[in-house]
Amino acid sequence: MNRLTESCRIAIVGSGPAGLSAAARAAQLGLSHVLIEKTDHLSDTIYKYQKGKHVMATPSQLVLRSDLDFDAGKREAILGLWDEQVAGAGVTVRHNAEVLSIEGTGEPIAGSVMKIVTRKRDGTSETSEIQRRAPPYRLKLSDGSEIVADAVILAIGTQGNPNLMRCAGADLPHVQYQLDDPKEYIDEHIVVVGTGDAGIENALGLAEDAEQRNVVTIVNRGMEFATAKGANVKALLAARDAGRVNIQFNSETKAIEPGWITFTTRDGEERIRCDRVIARMGSAPPRGFVESCGIEFTSGDRLAFPRLSPVFESTAPGIFVIGALAGYPLIKHCMNQGYDVVEFVNGNASLKPADEPILEAKFKDLPGRRDVAEWLDYLRSGITILEGMNPLQMREFMLDSTVRAYRRGEVIFERNEPGSSLFAIADGSVSVQVNPDDPSITVPIGKGSIFGEVGLISGRKRGATIVAAEDAICVEISRTAALKLQSSVPAAKRAIERISTERQLLQMFGSGLTSADLTEVLDTARIEQVSAGKTVIDEGDEGTDILVIRQGSMVVEKQIGGKPVFLNYLPAGSYVGEMAVIAGGKRTASVRAAIKSEVIRIDGPTFRKLLDAKPQLLAKASADMAERQNLNAFVESKKDSFSNVVDMYSNVANFLIENGIGEATDVLLIDENLCVGCDNCEKACADSHEGLSRLDREAGRTYAHLHVPTSCRHCEHPHCMADCPPNAIHRGPDGEVFINDTCIGCGNCQRNCPYGVIRMDAVPPKKPGLLSWLLFGKGPGPGEPSKKWSYANAEPGVEKAKKAIKCDMCSGIEGGPACVRACPTGAAIRVSPEKFLSIARLERESA
Amino acid sequence: MASQAPAKRARQTERVRSDGTHEGFLRHRNFLWLKIGAALSAFCLIVYLLVDVTPRHNGGSWLGYALGTIGVLLILWLTALGYRKRKMTRGAWSLKAWTSAHVYLGLSLIVIGTLHTGFQLGWNVHTLAWVLMMLVILSGIYGISVYATLPQQMSFNRDQVTETQMLASLREVDRQLHDAAQPLSQHHAALVRESLEQDVFGGGLWQRLSGSSRNCATRRVHRTIRQETGAKADTGNDPLERVDGLLERKLATLSRVRRHLRYKAMLEVWLYVHIPATFALIAALTAHVISVFFYW
Repeated sequence: MNRLTESCRIAIVGSGPAGLSAAARAAQLGLSHVLIEKTDHLSDTIYKYQKGKHVMATPSQLVLRSDLDFDAGKREAILGLWDEQVAGAGVTVRHNAEVLSIEGTGEPIAGSVMKIVTRKRDGTSETSEIQRRAPPYRLKLSDGSEIVADAVILAIGTQGNPNLMRCAGADLPHVQYQLDDPKEYIDEHIVVVGTGDAGIENALGLAEDAEQRNVVTIVNRGMEFATAKGANVKALLAARDAGRVNIQFNSETKAIEPGWITFTTRDGEERIRCDRVIARMGSAPPRGFVESCGIEFTSGDRLAFPRLSPVFESTAPGIFVIGALAGYPLIKHCMNQGYDVVEFVNGNASLKPADEPILEAKFKDLPGRRDVAEWLDYLRSGITILEGMNPLQMREFMLDSTVRAYRRGEVIFERNEPGSSLFAIADGSVSVQVNPDDPSITVPIGKGSIFGEVGLISGRKRGATIVAAEDAICVEISRTAALKLQSSVPAAKRAIERISTERQLLQMFGSGLTSADLTEVLDTARIEQVSAGKTVIDEGDEGTDILVIRQGSMVVEKQIGGKPVFLNYLPAGSYVGEMAVIAGGKRTASVRAAIKSEVIRIDGPTFRKLLDAKPQLLAKASADMAERQNLNAFVESKKDSFSNVVDMYSNVANFLIENGIGEATDVLLIDENLCVGCDNCEKACADSHEGLSRLDREAGRTYAHLHVPTSCRHCEHPHCMADCPPNAIHRGPDGEVFINDTCIGCGNCQRNCPYGVIRMDAVPPKKPGLLSWLLFGKGPGPGEPSKKWSYANAEPGVEKAKKAIKCDMCSGIEGGPACVRACPTGAAIRVSPEKFLSIARLERESA
Repeated sequence: MASQAPAKRARQTERVRSDGTHEGFLRHRNFLWLKIGAALSAFCLIVYLLVDVTPRHNGGSWLGYALGTIGVLLILWLTALGYRKRKMTRGAWSLKAWTSAHVYLGLSLIVIGTLHTGFQLGWNVHTLAWVLMMLVILSGIYGISVYATLPQQMSFNRDQVTETQMLASLREVDRQLHDAAQPLSQHHAALVRESLEQDVFGGGLWQRLSGSSRNCATRRVHRTIRQETGAKADTGNDPLERVDGLLERKLATLSRVRRHLRYKAMLEVWLYVHIPATFALIAALTAHVISVFFYW
C-alpha cells in the first residue's frame, strides 16, 4: 500500500450536519472512519450564512437522534458547539480535501451497469456506461492521496461547486468566487463576472459607498439580464445611470493578468484595469459527480434524488446517500440520518427511524392493528398512484400526508370549500354529489382511486361534495407531497393526468355523460403548457379544437375597429373553442394566456362525433355558445356608441391582468378616486397582526385611478409555496394563503413572490393600549411602530428571529379583512378576478 | 363561466358587488345615512313648527331639553369616531359606515342644535357652544369637499410614484447635480450649491398649502443659468448645459413633490381645526349644561 493510501471502514464525504453526525456516531461506535471536507472548516453551507444568522430547528415535532447537540440559535454558537463536540468525540477529519472520484475496487458486479446520460447545450445527449464494482471503494482526493473504505457515506448536499473561470489567468490569487464583506475593499478596480442576482448584489454592494472609491465593472455575456430579479436589474441600471457601476455588455473574459483584464466584445478586444475579479457564475449541481460513482437517480428530472433503499443505500452497494442530496434539506433530518446510516452500516437491523413516533401517531386512530411498516405497505399496495414508490419515499410521503378513517355517510369535503390536496382511497369507496341541487345524484369512486385532483391542479375551490359511500380509509395528500409524488413517480403523474382530464370533462359537460363515452375523446386529448401571454386561438384562424383550461386563466379578445377589445376572463375549469365545432366557420375571437397556464386540447372532429351522439351535450354546448355570442354582440354594439368606455374597460382589464390579477383568488384594490392616503388600512393591518403591516398602500401600479397596492393576491398556485423548506405555507379554510409558525425565516418565499408582498421581519414588542396613547401619549400609537421605538422597547437580551410576514386575509378574525373594514372612505375593496373582470362592469359604466 | 359554481364565502366582509361596483362613504348603502339624517332633521323641524311653546321657543322648554339631549348625545357619539378609527377590533363593523353616519348625522346637528337655541343667541357660554359646534361642522364640510375632490388629483399627480420614491429621486438629482458641477467655474458652482443647499420643505404652513414656489432657490438658479445657456447651441458636452438639464429635472420633480405635499396638507389641515374645536366644544358644552342645571 502506498504512503498516500489510507484504509478505513467508513469514509464520510462532506461535513455538513449529516456528515458530522455520521462521523460522530462512527467515532462513538469505535469504527475506523474519516470525514472528508473540501474546505478548511466544518459545515461549509452553514459557515457561509451571514454573520449572526439565526438558524432554526424544524420540524419541531421531530426528535433529534445524534451524538451532536443541536438547537435553534445563532450560526456562530452552533458551529462552535459542533467544532467542540467533534473534537471531543475523536472524529478523524481531513480538511482541504475534495473527493475527485469514487471507484469500486472489488470484483465487477454481474449485470450492474450504470448508464449516464449527458445532455449538451445544443440539445443532443450522450450515453456512457460504467460497470459497477464491489466494495471496498477507492476515493481519490484532490491532494493526490487516496482512501480505501468499505463503505462510503455521501453527505455532500446540493450546493455544488461554483462554476470556475476558464480563461487564461483564472488561477491567479485575485480571482475569487465569493464576497463576504463588500466594505473590505477600497480604491480598487473590481470586475464582477456574471449578472445573476449574486453578481448584481455583489457589484451594487461594492459600489454602494462612494467613499470606498472602487471602480466596479460587471460583465454580461449578452444584452439581457435573464437570470436576475427585476428589482436587482433596475437597481443595477440606476447605478449605471448614476455613474457608480460600469456594465460591460456582450463581453466574455479572455484573459486575466495582475492589474488588468481583457474581454472579447462584439467590437474586438478590450483591456481594462482590474485589481480583483469576483466570479459569480452559478454553481454546478453535484449530480454529474454522484452519477459517476454509480449512483442512479429516480428520473431525469432536474430535481430528482438518488434512488435509495430503506437504509439509504444507493444503487452502488456500499455507498450511502444522506442529507440534502437524498432530498432532506432540514438540519434535524440530516443529523438523524447521519446517526441512522452509521448504525445500519454497523449492522444494526432493528433500528427504527427517528420519525417512527410521528408516523405511529398518524396511524394510531385507524381501524385494524398494524404497525407503521405494515400500514405503509398496505397504503402503497392499495393505492394505484403510490405503487411506484420505494419504502423510504413512502415514509417521507406519509410525513407530509394524513390518513383518516371515515364512517359511512361522513362528508369528506364540501362543494366550494377551498382545498388543494389530493385524496386517495385505500379502503372502501366514496360517492361524489355531482348536482348541487340534488344530493341524491352521485357518482361512485372506488378503492385504489383518487379524488380532489381538480383542486390540486387548478387551485380552485372544490367542485363537488364527497361523501364516504361505505366505511373508508383515505389518504389526504398535501399539495407539496402530491407534486413531489408526480415528479418522482412518472406513472403516478400519468394516472393523475388521465383521471383528472376525464373528471374535468365529466364535470364540465355533465349531462348524462359517462366515462365510457369519453374514451375516444380522452385518447385524443393532450395537455399543453402555455406560457403567459401566448395565444392559443387566433381570431380568423381555421381550426376546431376545443381547449379546456386546466390550470391558470385565459383572456378572450376580439379585434373591433382595429383594436383588441377585452371580452372575457376565463378561469381554470372553463372551455373555449366550441363555436367553431358547433357552428363551423373561423375563430371569432383570440384567446391568450393571462398567466402561465395548462390547457387540455381536444380534437375537434372527435368532439363533434361525441356531440352528434349526445343531443343533451349538444344542447348544453349550444347554450354556452349562445351566451358568449350575446356577449360579443353586446360589446360590439357598445363599441359603436361608447367607444371610449369600451377602450377604458379593455385597458383596465388588461392592466389588472398584467398585475397578476389573472392568477389571484382574492386581491386588495384601492379606488384612488376615494383614497385620501390616511394609511388607516396599513395601521389596521399592523394592529390586527402583532404590529406588522402586511400591505404597502402607496407602492404598486395604478391605472385609471385603480390602484393595485403591494399586498398578497392569494394566487391560485402560490409562487411562495414553491420552495419552503419547513413547508410552512398553506391555503387556509377561506382560500387565504398563510405562513404558519414553523417558518424558519429563510426568505425563499420572499424571493419567489413576483409581486414583492412578503417581508421578513421580527415581531415588534407589545404596545401600550390605545387609550393610554390617546390620553397620556404612551407608546407609538396605532399602526406599525417605528424601528426606533421597537429597538428601544425590545425585551433586553432576547433577539427575535426574522420570519416571513404576509397577508392571511385576517383569517380567524371575525369581520374579515381589517384593511377593508378600516377604510374610512370605502376606497379599499377586495375582489376576486372572475367577478371583477366581468362584463357587468362595462354595462354599468356605459349606462 | 358555465362550469363555475357561484362562489360562497364563509365570512362576508364588504366586498365589491357582483356587478363590479362599490360605493364610497358618501354613497354608502345608497345614501342610507343621508336619508336618516334628513328624516331626523325634518322630524325635529316639524315638531318645532307644530309645538307652541310660550312665550317663545327656547332651550329650557321640554322640546328644548329634548333637542339638547339629542344634540349632546350626537356630539359625543360623533366624537367617538376618532377612537373607533384607531381601535382595530374584531367584528362586522365598517369604518366606512361610521364615516358615512358621522357625515350625515353631523350635518343634521345644524338643524337640531340651532332649533335647540330657539334662535336666542347672545354673548354667553351657551352661544359659544353653538358657535363652536358650527365651526366644527363647517370645517367638516370643508373636509368632505376635499375628500371628494382631491384624491383623484393626488393620484394623477403621484402617477404610480410613492412619496419615498419622489424624495429619493430628488436626492438622486441632487447627487448628479453635485457631480456635474465639479468642472464648473467657481461662480457657477456657487449657484449650483445654492440649489443644493436649499431647504426644499422650508417655509410655513401657508407655503405648504398654497404650493407656492416663489422663493425657490432652484428656480432662481435655473433662470440665471438658462440666461447663459439659452443663447448657445447645445453641443452635448458643455457641463453647464448638463447642469441646466439637471436643474430642469429637479424643478419638475420639485413641483410634483410640492403638489403632492400640498394635497396631503389640504386633506389634513382641516382636522387641525375640526378636532381642537371639538374638544373646545365639549368643554363649552359641559359649561353650558352645568350652568343650565345650576341656575335651574
